[in-house]
Amino acid sequence: MTTARLQTIGGADAGARGSEDAVHASGRWAMRLVIATEACFFGYLLFSYWYLAAFATTWPPHDAQVSLHLALPNTGILLASSALLIWGESGIKRGRIGQLRAGLALTTALGALFVAVQFVEWSRQTVTPSGSLWGSLFFTITGFHVAHVCVGLLMLVVVQVGAWRGAFTARRHGYVSNAALYWHFVDVVWLAVFTSLYLVPVLNR
Amino acid sequence: MATVVAETAEADAPVATLDRIWRTPPGLLGTLTSVDHKTIGIRYLVTAFAFLLVGGLEAGAMRAQLTHGDTHWLSPEAYNQFFTMHGVTMLFLYASPVLSGFSNYLWPLMIGARDMAYPRVNALSYWTYLLAGLLIYASVLVGQSPDGGWFAYVPMTGATYSPGLNIDFYTVGLTFLGFSTTVGAVNFIGTFFCMKAPGMSVNRLPVILWGTLSSSIAAVVFVPALTVACVLLYLDRHVHTHFFDAANGGQPMLWQHLFWIFGHPWVYIVVLPAIGIASDIIPTFCRRPLAGYTFVTLSTIATIMLGSGVWVHHMFATGLPQMSTSFFSAASMTISLTSGVSVFAWLATIWHGRPQFRVPFLFMCGFIILFVIGGVNGVMTASVPFDQQLHDSYFVVAHLHYVLVGINVFPVMGAFYYWIPKMTGRMLSERIGRWVFWLMFIGANLTFFPMHITGMLGMPRRVYTYASGLGWDTSNLLITIGAATFAASILLFLFDVVRSRSVGPIAGDNPWDAPTLEWSVSSPPPPYNFAVIPTVRSPYPLWESRLGERPASVLDAGPVLADGRETVGTDALDGEPVAILRMPEDSPWPLLLAIALAWVSLALVFSAWTWSLIGVALTVASIIGWLAPAAMQPARAEPTGSDRRLPMTSDA
Repeated sequence: MTTARLQTIGGADAGARGSEDAVHASGRWAMRLVIATEACFFGYLLFSYWYLAAFATTWPPHDAQVSLHLALPNTGILLASSALLIWGESGIKRGRIGQLRAGLALTTALGALFVAVQFVEWSRQTVTPSGSLWGSLFFTITGFHVAHVCVGLLMLVVVQVGAWRGAFTARRHGYVSNAALYWHFVDVVWLAVFTSLYLVPVLNR
Repeated sequence: MATVVAETAEADAPVATLDRIWRTPPGLLGTLTSVDHKTIGIRYLVTAFAFLLVGGLEAGAMRAQLTHGDTHWLSPEAYNQFFTMHGVTMLFLYASPVLSGFSNYLWPLMIGARDMAYPRVNALSYWTYLLAGLLIYASVLVGQSPDGGWFAYVPMTGATYSPGLNIDFYTVGLTFLGFSTTVGAVNFIGTFFCMKAPGMSVNRLPVILWGTLSSSIAAVVFVPALTVACVLLYLDRHVHTHFFDAANGGQPMLWQHLFWIFGHPWVYIVVLPAIGIASDIIPTFCRRPLAGYTFVTLSTIATIMLGSGVWVHHMFATGLPQMSTSFFSAASMTISLTSGVSVFAWLATIWHGRPQFRVPFLFMCGFIILFVIGGVNGVMTASVPFDQQLHDSYFVVAHLHYVLVGINVFPVMGAFYYWIPKMTGRMLSERIGRWVFWLMFIGANLTFFPMHITGMLGMPRRVYTYASGLGWDTSNLLITIGAATFAASILLFLFDVVRSRSVGPIAGDNPWDAPTLEWSVSSPPPPYNFAVIPTVRSPYPLWESRLGERPASVLDAGPVLADGRETVGTDALDGEPVAILRMPEDSPWPLLLAIALAWVSLALVFSAWTWSLIGVALTVASIIGWLAPAAMQPARAEPTGSDRRLPMTSDA
């Protein structure tokens, strides 16, 4: 005779250790799958980039402004934001709501800074989306990435409101974990975009 | 292994309490906010069938035009819209949603759960499907329906050659519909991983779960390719980017790659759940378990994996290197191996069984025959030199219709005859059903078999008319007669459904003496599905006494969970219970979010940027409204009994 303990999850805090695994079991799967399909979306965008680049005689074209001056520090900003979010999430796992609030606030600030820098980057670009094929690809791919950063920021704002109103505890913070997972995904996608659009062309120069 | 047994205090199932907890209130509000998978499933089925009728009318118009040569009552422009909308309707608005309808309705009943994993997402998936379908058909109101084929090849669909709204309805409508497909797929995968009844390990699942799981994973991975293609085309048309613009370094071939990377797996997405349906229906009427269950499920998964690497066989005539076409030709032919495994499993089941030729089984037999014909002419078109001879001819039309009608429509019709008694509580007519089957089987073959000949004689596809006297007249006349026969069978089926609502014999719980869990509950099932969560010990819980399976499944005792909308969550592989999942109440947010997304889509079709931004704001507001109660409200105090023990007895 064995006894298994089942926790109610969803509306309220659940009992002992193991509840978080159960949260992962349903809500976590949804976020993982959303990320999987979004990752495929960016995969096809970057496939389009490399497919079109392969046919070009000079790539990137001479009039394209490909420079690491803003993009490299901006990559650092985004990576730092992910690190701060991990720190904040580790706080709530031990019930430190203040650490979660601080982590979320700093992550949101750095994320917003990333978007601002990206706008500066776009304004400095002499090529336009309709000006050349490279411009089309550059603005479409970075544009979709910034849109995803904004979605991630929206998620962070939602859980931030929850964090300030006391919606999360050490045992119940599935929304925080899911928002964090999405934010890390947006971060990783940027590494792929950065490598394709900036790093490889600069290293090939 | 452990068996979940009921707590003694809950041994008398408080059915009235469960009914109150799970029943959607009547009235308009209840209708618009329901998240019950059975309601959503039936909505999917009805909507998809309506689109089947519309797509059928479009096909009828084309057949009327092509019956004789030199007919001009449809202009070339009108004909282009008809064949495009026929393809878009059948592939996107009928074939996949009708299977989602069956899966939505059946999954929780088959796996002993009280709902899908994400009931509100389920409602969102339906509303967005309905609104995307209506959006695509709104094009008819302005007389500018998509006219570039369901594949919409550039540069024909670019701004230069297609300046109207036609292609904008296509790109925006399919992106919107792709959202619906994707969230639906996420729901199926999450349900597969989390919601199976205790003891329902992955080797005890009805095969439709494997089919829909494979399709759903493919949707998650491949629908974004169509989305990217549509987004890039939309940008080319409206922001004057150059992705497909050959004059400025763009590549029209990029469209074909993106479209078919999506498009070929889509063919498997619309057939694999139907193959699962066949694998579940055939054993019932052969009075024995499916032969080779493991091989059938593995070949289902193998089909979708191989199917992701065959898309270039749609592009054999585009001048790709021979190395590439050879590879894709070989990959395409290997699909016949995985398909063959299933066919031989069904034949073995029939051979070793005692087949009862009831109407659902007749449709399964028709399906197997059409599947084999569609497979054989598929292997023929997978061969590069053969394909280059017959590319864009009616031979290809014959192949794709044998596959789609054979592997989608026939199992779906059989599934209607099999499961409608569960949904409505009344049987369809056996006598009318036989007429439906034979009319449909003869109609399908009379329609699609002569197309092989017409294609061999050189008739190209997608032509709005042709000159008489080229040797195509007789076969085209036969095809039209076949199409009319097919249409008659559909109308007769509709008559049967309507008739059965009043005079059909009462079905009872299990009219077919079928083996799976959905037949253990009343017809139609109660809102909570199961009074107690069952424990499953074999793939055929209702046949265990006859098959001598030990230990037996427990269907009349188990957790009751009547403290709110709750069901048991289990782990993905073994079906060990891990949690009591609290399920959401009915909610208006799925519909509101769907309306907001439809608003954005409609604004984008008309390039109304301000309106689309308002729609985006509404979308964000809907999402926040959806999440706010759970993500933003302070955590409530622990309700008593939320950390409950389910007594588990070990039987190992």
